[in-house]
Amino acid sequence: MAREESPLRRIAADFVADPLAVAGLALLALILVAALAAPLVSPQNPYDLAQLDIMDSRLPPGSHSAAGSVYWLGTDDQGRDMLSAILYGLRISLTVGVTSTVGALALGLVLGLAAAWLGGRTETAIMRIADIQLSFPAILIALILLAVLGQGVLKIVVALIAVQWAYYARTVRGAALVEQRKAYVEAARGLALSASRIVFRHILPNCLPPLIVVATVQIAAAIALEATLSFLGVGLPITEPSLGLLIANGYQYLLSGKYWISFFPGVALVLAIVSINLVGDRLRDALNPRLVGWR
Amino acid sequence: MTEVLLSVAGLSTHFATRDGLAKAVDDVSFSVRRGEVLGLVGESGSGKSMTAYSILGLVEPPGRVVAGRILFGGRDLAALSEEEMRRIRGNRIAMIFQDPMATLNPVLRIDTQMIEAVLAHAAASRSSARDRARDALARVGIPSPDERLAAYPHQFSGGMRQRVAIAIALLNRPDLVIADEPTTALDATIQGQILHEMQKLTSDSGAALIWITHDLSVIAGLADRVCVMYAGRIVEQGATVDVLSTPRHPYTGGLLASIPGDASPRERLRPIRGMTPPLTDLPSGCHFRPRCPYASAECSEVPSMRPYGADGQSIRCFHPLHDAEPD
Amino acid sequence: MLVYVVRRSIQAIVVLLVMSLIVFVGVYAIGNPVDILINPQADQQERERAIAALGLNRPLWAQYAAFVSGALHGDLGRSFVHGTSALRLIVERMPATLELALAAMLIAVVLGIPLGLWAGVKPSSVAGRAIMAGSILGFSLPTFWVGLMLIMVFSVMLGWLPSNGRGPTTDLLGVPVSFLSVEGWRHLILPAVNLALFKLALLIRLTRAGTREALTQDYVRFARAKGLTRRRVIGVHVLRNILIPIVTVIGLEFGSVIAFAIVTETVFAWPGMGKLLIDSINLLDRPVIVAYLLTVVTLFVAINLLVDLLYSALDPRVRLAGAGG
Repeated sequence: MAREESPLRRIAADFVADPLAVAGLALLALILVAALAAPLVSPQNPYDLAQLDIMDSRLPPGSHSAAGSVYWLGTDDQGRDMLSAILYGLRISLTVGVTSTVGALALGLVLGLAAAWLGGRTETAIMRIADIQLSFPAILIALILLAVLGQGVLKIVVALIAVQWAYYARTVRGAALVEQRKAYVEAARGLALSASRIVFRHILPNCLPPLIVVATVQIAAAIALEATLSFLGVGLPITEPSLGLLIANGYQYLLSGKYWISFFPGVALVLAIVSINLVGDRLRDALNPRLVGWR
Repeated sequence: MTEVLLSVAGLSTHFATRDGLAKAVDDVSFSVRRGEVLGLVGESGSGKSMTAYSILGLVEPPGRVVAGRILFGGRDLAALSEEEMRRIRGNRIAMIFQDPMATLNPVLRIDTQMIEAVLAHAAASRSSARDRARDALARVGIPSPDERLAAYPHQFSGGMRQRVAIAIALLNRPDLVIADEPTTALDATIQGQILHEMQKLTSDSGAALIWITHDLSVIAGLADRVCVMYAGRIVEQGATVDVLSTPRHPYTGGLLASIPGDASPRERLRPIRGMTPPLTDLPSGCHFRPRCPYASAECSEVPSMRPYGADGQSIRCFHPLHDAEPD
Repeated sequence: MLVYVVRRSIQAIVVLLVMSLIVFVGVYAIGNPVDILINPQADQQERERAIAALGLNRPLWAQYAAFVSGALHGDLGRSFVHGTSALRLIVERMPATLELALAAMLIAVVLGIPLGLWAGVKPSSVAGRAIMAGSILGFSLPTFWVGLMLIMVFSVMLGWLPSNGRGPTTDLLGVPVSFLSVEGWRHLILPAVNLALFKLALLIRLTRAGTREALTQDYVRFARAKGLTRRRVIGVHVLRNILIPIVTVIGLEFGSVIAFAIVTETVFAWPGMGKLLIDSINLLDRPVIVAYLLTVVTLFVAINLLVDLLYSALDPRVRLAGAGG
């Protein structure tokens, strides 16, 4: 539809206007491609024990392996090629981050819409729980949950979802409330259209812009939180080494000068997070209705 | 004839907005004599507040004073440095704003806000500044001034807050007070009181007063002279008595005709047809052209201010109203 | 005002009870309390004795009652590893964490508010933009990584500062503190900066936003029209207005700083509650974990309550709401 085309185009145009955001987007694209293509791109499969040579452990960046290939970013204490480990780790970190964000978004969306539409005690109950949860630091909630649930990929994702749903619920409820008050919703209600139709076809699309903004920033936060938890040793198990775990592995070698085991995974993590934040920040400005007319 | 206190010549203030250049103040010229009351009348968006800000150097980006001279006390205010301007503000020229709730800082006490106004311009002691503040409050008719000094703005009613604002303006005995719609945000009953207070206070202290308003009826009893503004330009000025009884610019005529006051019930009101154009999209030539019943081809040129009608009256128009023309 | 205090206090107690219930349910109902509370190295006889002593064969609500009463008496079980009261272990480590948290908060406030003010007053200047870019970095970079970088640069490469541990402590009013000595400072500065970074970025952004908002208000224009110096307008009029919400945020964030200290303490081996928690998690010393969670949640709720009360005392509009017109 022609009318719906222009806001999207305008947002895209606003976005592209900032070179920093474009750089962020380019970086993000690069990272995503690298992560997705990890098995194809990395020189070695770092988790295939047959490919590892313990004699090659703790080599600095640029060293050569017995077979003649170069360890561009050095090796860790098991002889794993850091570059490969990072690519695989990036994949896991991003997967967990995105999955938990999508899950939290879905949960928050449903609860937020329900709260706004049903109102009354349901709304109060949902929002009160959300508020209380938001007043506690995420890391504490995650730790409580993990202490109870134990380790494992699924449990981490559950913990991350539990930590994040409240942001989405609150955002959605706010946007839905505004939308509900508009005349066309009153009219639709008057026509006795079914509730789910009104909610999904009319209210939901208008809640999406603020939701997208929150989601892009939250992905970065989720990735950072998972990395932190893994670093602390309570996150992903050793069978699914995310970047956090790689960094933790290399922590002990930091003081003896073998910085690369922690440093490069750290850089990869930071680049991923910063690029997502750059894109998210710019999206937020581009989608903000108040700023649009003012600049 | 008393001496001229303030003389504004060719003042122009432009805003660079996303939708284009907005000429908020366009070639405005007028003067104020010592002790005189000048009314500045216009709809919202006509540039009257912006004129006041321009005089005091309070225009914030993206706005800028781009042209004009503002002669005050022998100096051109537009050419002064920020520090020199600061010494004049609140000291020789004071300003009162429209909404007293918004202009008084809600988290500071009244005495703090008054004492700082004194201390900014004179090396007085805190206690003597406080005495002056107390006297000023008493003079504007605030009971138990000592207690009131220790209070916060939200503890006052709207009318009282405006009195405080007036007291602050008069603290340093300025030569000129600019009042930007000071009664618009107040109850009708209070409006009259405040109007009267201001009139008395300024005439007592000998200060000149520029009263900015959109309400012609306020000007009638208050101002010696009046300037009518439209879309950033002054379109008519002269002695109040002359402009109100025999307006020469079609806009002024239209304004007067649209005042409900004189109409009898059931008589149709006669607003000026059309709407005020946005400042970024003004018609070329005379800004009033699209709404003016007398517009002709020559109105696509910008008319300049020319004397017409009574002594001291001048208008910016190619088709001035003649006598006995009610339309 | 009194009504408000009482109401908020009751709310706080309710939240505490709910949290204790969650922890209780998590430990006793979902998790296996036998594994969690009884030393896994105990033999069968000891286990049965412990089960009886802990009342794990009694109905759940009775256990909860016992749990709560035990908590109120300071008894949250005994650490498997150290054998002493879990709660006592936590309390012993509290001064170290509090010292770190306070130092971090201090750094964040002393740097954050002025930088935020500057960025708010001159947003398009080079400095203003640099400050904002820096703040984005500040809250995107994961704390633990920044900590590692700090160690890498200042301890390994430059050798200026120690990389772990706490400096020598002296007693201040019965509480052991380390900031009174130079050596203490040398150990404190890196972890404090690390912990401060996130809050610093947050404060900068908050102060900047508040300043930008305040500058558009009429009272700023009026203050300028009175002929006040720019310094007074910003330093008194603007600052006083934005300080109230900022102080609230600072207070509320303090609780989260204590929680975040877990990461910093682990990276820098700072002997606080957080490091104890992580060690306990790794050693499966579960009573200590429970004790930590309850203690920190209590601290948190108490801080939130205090800040709420402080806010209503600071804002004259709220404080004097009954008094004027």
